[in-house]
Amino acid sequence: MSEILRVENLKKYFPVQKSFIEVFFSKELEFIRAVDDVSFSVEEGEILSLVGESGCGKTTVGRMLVGLEEPTSGKIIFKNKDLTSLEGEERRAMHRHLQIIFQDPYASLNPKMKIGDHLIDPLLIHGLASNSEAKEIAMEMLERVGLVPADQFFNRLPYQLSGGQRQRVAIARAMVLKPEFVVADEPVSMIDVSLRAAILNLLLSFKDEYRLSMLFITHDLSVARLVGDRIAVMYLGKIVEIGDVDEVVQEPKHPYTAALLSAVPSFEKKDLRIDIKGDVANPRNPPPGCRYHPRCPFAKKECKEVEPELTGDRHRVACHFPLEIKID
Amino acid sequence: MMVAESLASNNKVLKIRNLSTHYFSRRGVLKAVDRVSMDLRKQEFIGIVGESGCGKSTLAFSIMRLIQPPGKIVEGEILFNGKDLLKLKDEEMRRVRGKEIGMVFQDPMTSLDPLEKIGDQIVETIQMHEDVDKKEALEKAMKLLESVGLPGDRVNYYPHQLSGGQRQRVMIALAIALNPTLLIADEPTTALDVIVQEKIMEILEKMKREGRSIILITHDFSLAAEKSDRILIMYAGWIVEMGDSMKLVAEPLHPYTKGLIESVPDIWLARKIKTMPGFPPDLINPPPGCKFHPRCPKAKEICKREEPPLIEVNGRLVKCWLYE
Repeated sequence: MSEILRVENLKKYFPVQKSFIEVFFSKELEFIRAVDDVSFSVEEGEILSLVGESGCGKTTVGRMLVGLEEPTSGKIIFKNKDLTSLEGEERRAMHRHLQIIFQDPYASLNPKMKIGDHLIDPLLIHGLASNSEAKEIAMEMLERVGLVPADQFFNRLPYQLSGGQRQRVAIARAMVLKPEFVVADEPVSMIDVSLRAAILNLLLSFKDEYRLSMLFITHDLSVARLVGDRIAVMYLGKIVEIGDVDEVVQEPKHPYTAALLSAVPSFEKKDLRIDIKGDVANPRNPPPGCRYHPRCPFAKKECKEVEPELTGDRHRVACHFPLEIKID
Repeated sequence: MMVAESLASNNKVLKIRNLSTHYFSRRGVLKAVDRVSMDLRKQEFIGIVGESGCGKSTLAFSIMRLIQPPGKIVEGEILFNGKDLLKLKDEEMRRVRGKEIGMVFQDPMTSLDPLEKIGDQIVETIQMHEDVDKKEALEKAMKLLESVGLPGDRVNYYPHQLSGGQRQRVMIALAIALNPTLLIADEPTTALDVIVQEKIMEILEKMKREGRSIILITHDFSLAAEKSDRILIMYAGWIVEMGDSMKLVAEPLHPYTKGLIESVPDIWLARKIKTMPGFPPDLINPPPGCKFHPRCPKAKEICKREEPPLIEVNGRLVKCWLYE
């Protein structure tokens, strides 16, 4: 397998809006460190699940990959080219291969645009087809995602579709360019429970058929385990653990991963109880040392002073005292 | 419903019989809750599971008599500690709400007043129902916050100064301020992360241990399975299956229940998920016969024509022709 995407030391700091008086009295700008030195890679045909709680920075990572957010620093190397150094035409050409599916299918489609045009426009913009070819490709794709009869859906407007159908349109729109990499940002969290499986299975079918690589962003560990080959856990802007899905889930090394796992509801509850204290710290002012230490039941002196590095071979963890547990 | 009667034991807090709540829209009548009967025992934790639009929230709002036009409770009985809530005068019902039945809503930000301190909101609720002075009420408010795991000094905070999970704790504190015997939680953790969800669930379980009955309304089947004693599965305004949580999950009887379990990704069951065909029906024009039949892999001729009865199978109730 070869690597398709590599992210190196990616950072995104958002400046905090201050009032006039605050600016007047202090010169220093404050930042929210949404993503703070994140590195990972994704192989061809692989799905990496990126999990974490709201505010951990997972969506910002995804948005940077597809160019919706400029990194503060770091590299995004896609097919051996650093996207952050590309501009203009070259950049647009690369982004054809890098598409995104958003969480909210009610907000991500243009309410005044016919379903068919959502698929035709990207083809025309990238000059991949003539008008008539584009229509044909669009129809095929609508059928492929289960919006049949395609000619009927083609002329409809988003408001005439249910949430599940809209998300199929969003998937079709991303896939119509035959991208090699897709960022899926919580693609089922707003979909009815009984329809989620269909959407997830649809996404997985593209993985098999196109050897598609994916960054699958979700807060739901059950979904992350189902779709991912590997899983990365984020906390306060950093990856705290990354590795093969089964290994991370069954032998979590980071206390945060274990705490998440013990809170996930399941039909088959495990006897796993790793506690977590208090609330998430403010990303404007992350705690010194390990960012997780104020909430960690195992924290020692070292954790408060020295920031742990992400270490290990394939299963990597950023913790001074990694857990040694196995959940069967 | 004869069967429901025979299943339940004596110490029932809530008895709902043949309850229907409809919404009268321009397109037609939407039967959100369609002749539902259920019971709740003292100190029982019950989970009502269903997808959006299945009527689970409407059922909860009907119990609280908070249905607004164009919605209306059109028939049935809601017997709470022996009295029929649907026959109470508005003034009497207001006393039941809060004092006897507490409710926690999905979105704490829209149910809390953003301009008023947390403490004042709790004090107001207490003073509305109890004859105590402000100081006494404020002390009680602090104790309530502590009982849901918040520091008592949070009485001086405004809602925007708290996180989503903390706000939901405040909502629970408000709901139990008058010590109701029944607590209804409508998707209390849907907007929250799993760790916060777990903490909120711990509070609900504590409420149960203290003697209250709990109704948890959720779309999260595994959450209900884990936390509740009994589960009710709703589909298109009907209760399609109801019974002991463990048994229901281990051996689902209704094809919808089975399909739902198989379609949900589960962290510890490393298995493929199965797609459930079709989508929930339009409740203004529901399919004839069994409302689930167009999606049902086991549908027979009769399912397309006639509504299935609610049948008792091994101590469980299931609304399906397969068991007739």
